[in-house]
Amino acid sequence: MLFYFFRRLGRALVTIVGISVIVFVVARLSGDPTLQLAPEDATPEELAQIRSELGLDKPIWMQYVVFVEHVAQGDFGTSIRYQQPALSLVLSVLPATLQLGLSAFVLSTIVGVLLGVVTALKRDTWIDSGLRGVVVVGQAAPSFWLGMMLILLFSVELQWLPSSGRMSLAHMVLPTMALALSSVAVVLRLTRSAMLETMSADYIRFLRSKGMSKSLIVWKHALRNASIPVIAVLGLQLSYLIGGAVIVETVFNWPGVGRLMVEALNARDFAVIQAGALLVSFFTVGANLLVDLLFGLVDPRIRYE
Amino acid sequence: MTGEIALPNRGAAWPRVVKWASGLQRLPWLAILMIAPVLIFGVFGPWIWPHDPALIDLANTKQPPAWLDGGDWSHLLGTDSFGRDLFSTLIDGARVTLIVAVVGTLGSALIGVTIGLVAGFYGGRVDALLMQLADVKMSIPATLLIILLGGAIGAGLATIVISIVVLFWASFARVIRGQTLTLRERGYVSLARVANCSDYWIITRHILPNLLGTCIVLITIQLGRAIVTEAGISFLGLGVQPPDSAWGLMVSQGRTFLATAWWIPAFPGLAITLTCLGSNLLGDWLRDALDARASLL
Repeated sequence: MLFYFFRRLGRALVTIVGISVIVFVVARLSGDPTLQLAPEDATPEELAQIRSELGLDKPIWMQYVVFVEHVAQGDFGTSIRYQQPALSLVLSVLPATLQLGLSAFVLSTIVGVLLGVVTALKRDTWIDSGLRGVVVVGQAAPSFWLGMMLILLFSVELQWLPSSGRMSLAHMVLPTMALALSSVAVVLRLTRSAMLETMSADYIRFLRSKGMSKSLIVWKHALRNASIPVIAVLGLQLSYLIGGAVIVETVFNWPGVGRLMVEALNARDFAVIQAGALLVSFFTVGANLLVDLLFGLVDPRIRYE
Repeated sequence: MTGEIALPNRGAAWPRVVKWASGLQRLPWLAILMIAPVLIFGVFGPWIWPHDPALIDLANTKQPPAWLDGGDWSHLLGTDSFGRDLFSTLIDGARVTLIVAVVGTLGSALIGVTIGLVAGFYGGRVDALLMQLADVKMSIPATLLIILLGGAIGAGLATIVISIVVLFWASFARVIRGQTLTLRERGYVSLARVANCSDYWIITRHILPNLLGTCIVLITIQLGRAIVTEAGISFLGLGVQPPDSAWGLMVSQGRTFLATAWWIPAFPGLAITLTCLGSNLLGDWLRDALDARASLL
C-alpha cells in the first residue's frame, strides 16, 4: 500500500509540474506583455527597462523558475479588471465549481453503475436497448445545449425548477443533470460490459448452482469483480466533470470559476485565466489522486495494476 | 436450347444480387443517415439552401418552425431574431463546422499517431516522456485548456483547430502506442531488422499499415467529438466570429431566445448531437467490421 501511495503521489507531482509548464508556455504565447504595459510613445530603452523589470530579458528557463516561485508563494498575479490578487478572486468562486463538478461525479457514478448493472442483467430486452439508446444520445449531445434543453423543459414549460443562480438545492438539479449525463453514459457502458463478462465467469456459475440468492450474487460478487475497469476511469471522469462544469456554469449563470474565466477572457484579464486554469487543474489532480488512493485502499487489486 | 443456357445464368446472377443487397443491408444506415447531412450541406450548401442564409428579413423575425402555429412552409425550421431562414443558416454553418472538424481531427491524428509510433517503437525514456506528456494533458480539464489557448491566441478559426489538435492528439497517441508495442514484437519486424531495414522503413512499411484500421476507427469517432468541441469553443466565444457562422455559435447566440424562440438554439444543437451520434455509431460499426477482418489475418 505504501509503495502504491508513493508511486501514485509521485505521478501526481509530475503531473502538477507538467501542468505548470504548459500554463507557463501558453501564457508566453499570448505575446509580449511589455507592449500592453508601456505607454504608446515609449522609447526602445524604456521598453527594455520594463522588460528587465518583468524579468523578460532572462533566459526562458529562469523565467519559468521565477514563475514557479511566485506560484508557490501564492502569487498568481493581479487581475487588471478588479485590481485584486487573481488567487483570491479564483478561490472565492472555486467552491461553486467544485460543488457542481463533485455532485455530478457522485450522481453519474451511482446512476451509471446502477443502470449498467440493470442493463447487463436485462440484456437484449427493451429496458436494455431503451436505456442504452438514451445514454448514447446523451453522450453525443454537447452539455451546454443539453442544459439549455433542460431549462426549456423544466423551467420554461413545466416551471418546476429554477434556471439560473445558486441559491438553493433546487438550483443545483438542472446543471448537475446537464453535466452528469455524458459521464453516466461512459460509466454505464463500462459497467455493463464488465458485468456481462463477470456474470458468465465460472465462480458466478458456481454460486448459482450453490443456490445463492440472485441479488447477493449480483451486488456482492459480480459487481465487486466488475468494478475495476469502472474505477479506472472514474478519476478521468472527475477531471472531465470539473472541466465540464466550467462550460455548464455559463448556461445556468452558476457563479463559479467558469463564469469568472469567461468574463476574464472578454476583458483580456490574463492573470485570472492563468490562475483559474492552474488552480482548477491542481484541484483536479488532487481529487483524482484522492479517488485513486481511496479505491486502492478499498480494493487491493488496484494497487497492482 | 437457349432456355437451358439462360437458366443457369439467371441462377448465378440472383445470388450475386442477393449477396450485394445483404451486404448493403449490413451497412450502418442509421449512422450514414446522420452524417450525410453535414457532408452534403458542407460541400453543396449554396446549391441546397432555400434562402440566402445572410438575407435579413425584419418583418419575419422569430417565426416558428413550419409545423407549429404561425409557422410557414417557406421557412421549414423557422427564422432567427434577424428573420434569417434557420434551415439555410444551418446549412451554411455546416461548412465551417465540417472544415474545422476535419482539419482538426486530421491534424491531431497526424501528430498523435507519430508520437504513438515513436513512443511505442523506441520505448524506454522517449516513451516514458511522451506518455507522461499525454498524462499531463489528460489531467488538465479540456475547457480550461481551451480558455487558456483562447486567451493566449485570441478567438478565431485557428483557435478552434489548434484547440482540437491539442485536446485530441493524446487519445491517438495512447491507442497507437499500445498497438505498436505488440506489433514491434512480431516476427516480420525482427526479420526486417535482420535484413538491415532502417527504423523509418520498418515503421512506415511494417507497422503503420497494420494500424490503418485503428486509425480509421479513431478518426471517425474523434470527428464527432471534434464537432462537439467546436461547439463548445464557439459557445465560449472563442470560435468563429459573426458574420461567419458555425453550429456552436448558433446555439450560443440562440441562448438569449430560449424562452421566446426555442427553435433558434434547439436545431443547431440537435444537428451537432446527431452528427456526433452518427460518427460514434459509424466508428463502432467500423471497429467491428475491421476487427472481424483483422482476426482473419
